[in-house]
Amino acid sequence: METSTKIYMDYAATTPVDAKVLAAMTPYFSSFYGNPSSIHVFGQVAESALENARQVVAEAIHARADEIFFTSGGTESDNLALRGVALAMRKKTGADHLLVSPVEHPAVSRTARQLAEDFGFTVENLPVDHTGQVDPGEVAARIRTNTALVSVIYANNEIGTINPVAQIGAICRQQGIPFHTDAVQAAAYLTIDVQAACIDLLSLGSHKFYGPKGVGVLYVRKGTPIQPIQTGGSQENGLRSGTQNIPYIVGLAEALRLTQAEATQRAVRLVPMRDRLIGEILEVIDDSRLTGHPVQRLPNHASFVFNGVDGNALITLLDAAGFACSSGSACKTGNPQPSEVLTSIGFEPSWALGSLRVTLGCDTIPAHVDNLLKVLPGMVSRGRRMVSHGKQVYPTGDKPQ
Amino acid sequence: MSDKPRVVVGMSGGVDSSVTAALLVKEGYDVTGVMLRLWSEAGSEKFNRCCTPDSMAQARRVAAGLGIPFYVADVKSQFRERVVESFLKGYAENITPNPCLVCNKTIRWGFLLDYALSLGAEYFSTGHYAQIARGASGLFELRRGADSRKDQSYVLSVLSQEQLSHTLLPLGSFTKPAVRQMARDNGLEVAEKADSQDLCFLAGEDYRPFLQRYIPEVSQPGPILDSQGKHLGEHQGLAFYTIGQRKGLGFSSSEPYFVINKRLEENTLIVGVKGDLGRSELYAGGATWISGSAPVDAFQALVKIRYRAEDAPAKVTPLSDGRFRVNFEQPKRDITAGQAVVIYQDELCLGGGIIE
Repeated sequence: METSTKIYMDYAATTPVDAKVLAAMTPYFSSFYGNPSSIHVFGQVAESALENARQVVAEAIHARADEIFFTSGGTESDNLALRGVALAMRKKTGADHLLVSPVEHPAVSRTARQLAEDFGFTVENLPVDHTGQVDPGEVAARIRTNTALVSVIYANNEIGTINPVAQIGAICRQQGIPFHTDAVQAAAYLTIDVQAACIDLLSLGSHKFYGPKGVGVLYVRKGTPIQPIQTGGSQENGLRSGTQNIPYIVGLAEALRLTQAEATQRAVRLVPMRDRLIGEILEVIDDSRLTGHPVQRLPNHASFVFNGVDGNALITLLDAAGFACSSGSACKTGNPQPSEVLTSIGFEPSWALGSLRVTLGCDTIPAHVDNLLKVLPGMVSRGRRMVSHGKQVYPTGDKPQ
Repeated sequence: MSDKPRVVVGMSGGVDSSVTAALLVKEGYDVTGVMLRLWSEAGSEKFNRCCTPDSMAQARRVAAGLGIPFYVADVKSQFRERVVESFLKGYAENITPNPCLVCNKTIRWGFLLDYALSLGAEYFSTGHYAQIARGASGLFELRRGADSRKDQSYVLSVLSQEQLSHTLLPLGSFTKPAVRQMARDNGLEVAEKADSQDLCFLAGEDYRPFLQRYIPEVSQPGPILDSQGKHLGEHQGLAFYTIGQRKGLGFSSSEPYFVINKRLEENTLIVGVKGDLGRSELYAGGATWISGSAPVDAFQALVKIRYRAEDAPAKVTPLSDGRFRVNFEQPKRDITAGQAVVIYQDELCLGGGIIE
């Protein structure tokens, strides 16, 4: 399938690996392939690369190297944070109450649901406003003496809203409750400082910031109660067993270093394109709404709902015309369900099913935005016609005579 | 980029639609595969023969192997509202509907054709065994498939000129064994997959329990009488019998009995011996003529009264209001209200209607 003539506008789904990142990774496949746990020199070379990467990641987010744990990606990091802390806290203090936002990635929300259904925890949803933002005051009001963990997403993947994590972190710190944030989307554009924001646990996934897929990080503040959910040879200080994926970890570290160093300039380049997209779509297309916060949103993220449109059909039409975007209810099997995030911020299914997410990135140029704006209004109209198709009246053949 | 136009292929993960896509790719078209997500009863989605997760994965692999884009279009609600509803309504009204024709008209050549055109395609293509040609008059003609055992022109007899003008049927000139061979030659894993049978939304189940769940009122037992009113036995529910049916009547007799009538008001099944059964005339409504205009005068034709029926020579007389009359040379014993009657002249399909 030809992709070179297509325009990629789905950087929140994944990003291409940066050439500098790939160059950093390459030697660790076939030249320096040792197992970092081995005693010999092959192992020592790998271990040195691993610990160097750990140091780079720690510096990028203002943490200590021994607080960085490598995982297989953002999903595993979220699983480890929630399950690991919940179980350890209950063992230690009997705490069995989890406070989570309703706009979490499924890696958090479904893990929380399993902790409730199979492990007896009480999961309480924090309220959000119509932009999907959590009010720190609500966190303060809902923390209980038996709260084991608070988890609030740093910036939402579907609607781009950035949460006031520093204020939430401060409240949790004051109450002595561990605070986890899923920063998988945020890390690509926001500078992250786990000290300033009082974050105890933070999840990262490398492929969202021009690193390879299949590798992530969980930051765990020293002293936070947590137990492993994957046991074995006690790698990663016993918290995450399994031989470390050295080339990918090296790639993650290099990608994060570049991203955190360039975050501001990347954002400055993309924000005008994002805002042009948002402004024009809302102006030109009837029955359209921005989803998420108008200002406190990811610099590369524009997300919409169109009333009475099948979001998946719209994505298909856009793809056939050469634009790769996504919808909030992304589902390749053609079995659309309204997204929980859009439902939780108050959209009816007829709106929530018509979602479109356009996320910009390194290869996006203003002409791409112009071209998308040229075709989108017509496609939304066609998407609306498709939804109403079943209600058309066919005069013959379908009615028993 | 291909210089031939874009064509959307309706893919099911089966051998026919897979070979259709492969042939079009070979001919140089810019091919896109689309699979329909149809309706199934809650809980039986895995068994819907057209769109199980397995079939979907298979179609996706075929498309990836051919290097073409592949999408799934959700038509659950349209399918439920139009196809399943008319199927149930038909049985409730004591007729035997053909949901595949409704699906072809409203879903495949309705929704999906429109979807294809929206994707920038000029053509929509399926793996049906029938042929479309442009006649001397400039009109599109529908012809039987070259494989007479697989011919599917019957279920396409509802298509209009506009629909035919956007349709490609690449399998029409091949036999099924040739298509299977092409699948093998192209390394398609679906080459040996069994032909699909039955109605997709029944998910492999017999239609009777399905009807019992949805229209219990026509699934009530009642008497079986002969035309003189003599009580011969009990039936299980009128919906479960079709006109002309001989087997499974559930009473013993010295000569074979056939279903000749179903009286909904009295919930009575009327049976008769062979001599009682045949009718040589039928009326049909909702006529669709491939040419786009109804013939004016009566004409001689070959007529099929079911998908799998033999051709029967008959005279067709057009009437007003989209109706026509068919007079058979030999009496037919399985004329069934709700089924399509499709009219041919040799290989040419002229159109059809629904038996009243």
